[in-house]
Amino acid sequence: MKKNLIMKILVCISKTPDTTAKIAFTDNNTKFDSRGVQWIINPYDEWYSLVRAIELKEADASTVIHLVTVGTADAEPIIRKALALGGDEAIRINAESPDSFYIASQIAEAAKQGGYDLIFTGKETIDYNGSSIGGMVAELLALPYIALATKFDLNGNKAIVNREIEGGEEICEVELPVVVSCQKGVAEQRIPNMRGIMAARSKPLKVVEPVASDTLTAITNFELPAPKAGVKLIPAEQPEELVRLLHEEAKLI
Amino acid sequence: MSVLIFIDTGEGHVKKASLEAMSYGAKIAEQLGDTAEGLVLGNASDDLAALGKYGVKKIHHVKNEALSHMDAQVYTNVIAQVAEKTGAKVIVFSNNVDGKAIAPRLSARLKAGLVAGAVALPDTTKGFIVKKNVFSGKAFANISVNTDVKIIALNTNAYKTVTGEGTAEVIPFDAKVDNAKVKVTGVNKSSGEVPLTEAEIVVSAGRGMKGPENWKIVEDLAHALHAALACSRPVADAHWRPHNEHVGQTGIAIAPNLYIAIGISGAIQHLAGVNRSKVIVVINKDPEAPFFKAADYGIVGDAFEVVPKITEAIKKLKGVS
Repeated sequence: MKKNLIMKILVCISKTPDTTAKIAFTDNNTKFDSRGVQWIINPYDEWYSLVRAIELKEADASTVIHLVTVGTADAEPIIRKALALGGDEAIRINAESPDSFYIASQIAEAAKQGGYDLIFTGKETIDYNGSSIGGMVAELLALPYIALATKFDLNGNKAIVNREIEGGEEICEVELPVVVSCQKGVAEQRIPNMRGIMAARSKPLKVVEPVASDTLTAITNFELPAPKAGVKLIPAEQPEELVRLLHEEAKLI
Repeated sequence: MSVLIFIDTGEGHVKKASLEAMSYGAKIAEQLGDTAEGLVLGNASDDLAALGKYGVKKIHHVKNEALSHMDAQVYTNVIAQVAEKTGAKVIVFSNNVDGKAIAPRLSARLKAGLVAGAVALPDTTKGFIVKKNVFSGKAFANISVNTDVKIIALNTNAYKTVTGEGTAEVIPFDAKVDNAKVKVTGVNKSSGEVPLTEAEIVVSAGRGMKGPENWKIVEDLAHALHAALACSRPVADAHWRPHNEHVGQTGIAIAPNLYIAIGISGAIQHLAGVNRSKVIVVINKDPEAPFFKAADYGIVGDAFEVVPKITEAIKKLKGVS
């Protein structure tokens, strides 16, 4: 693929329950209990991939940022909030998100239509914790994929990316187009300002219907972990007692 | 028919997470009446036949210089060739950095359902259902995989390595290997003695340490336990410690056997990154610190007094003075 004259970035946005939300289930533990839950932009999508895309646009004003989400109409406040941070327009693919392959297929289709140089995802969503969308989208588009980026820079038609490896990071170079999943290090969190919030209201939010796609997996039910037995407190004057317990009771040292 | 396990290597050595993946895959093979086979890409300096003791009967070895760096696209193409040739029904990865890059690609390539972040063996009594972590450790989901070929990425430290007898037959595999589009131009090693995500014991400290100059007692404790060092977000944000030590929701998520938190209050964002730890020890002078609610053992006390004493007691226990 040839480089576009204008850099086009697609940022994948997911709606997740707030980090502090109470996690509970209904319908015989088959559905997430969304009563009273505050929804947010998945932090990895917002803080790292979206903010980095905005920074790239600040460095080169001709850059175009599109946001994409797969979700029903109740995802719109989230996508508006993302537009308030930055980005030129958004695409909402009007579908539930039954499994990661289905979501990735929808995003890959939108990406084909848009012809992007760069596709950003967060390293995972904080609800499903799958880390799967970026890799699947890359495969469906036959593009290279760099997972778990900690730093991202552009040099002409090349991306220079640091990616996490065990015990350090690798510095990689790749020609665009590429799919990158972003984590801490790529950018710093930003707060939307009033001007952004006002501007977001008039930015285009296109709703498209999903394409036919398979689902490969299904959630049968959820479980909550067994509650902790409660903390065993050790007097501060006897810290060696902690060592004894870790050795004899927990058998960990 | 086989259960194929991707054996991840770093600098030619088999990673610890892959020993868990092999033990796990071998158990699945036993459940299904299949054989467990391993797959190694690139040069390996370890004795591959000896990996038979983790339950793999054969090891397919694709030796090729072009595979010395993990490239998700190139690796996926090679693994797909091996999976097809061996008729793999279940493909097991560790859900480590490499597994997270490759398994989703392979899932899309083979149209094979993926469970990323598995924490238990599949239930094969009715279909194929795998339990995984969701909501950042706050819940589990049971996922039914509805395709002929299944892919599982096993969370690190979620399945105990089982060591038995036996050697594996090492079979060279002649695969078509593409040139990677991603070029690796350098590597930055972090200074820690033990990689954080692989560590069985993690010693972590927070704002309660008052300043970076006070980290010696934390480092001494970590050293005595052969543990990895970690820190809370405010500490990383204040540049007291490097960002790659930050554990929590927005940092690294870890699941060690033992997590020792010193001077960390235990905000929900921090807990989200460490709540998969098997045992949590909290040392904090504030008895109201929310972290105590998530802890197994706790000491309400001044870290500057308590921690050096713990280090001494550990050294004594281990017979080092």
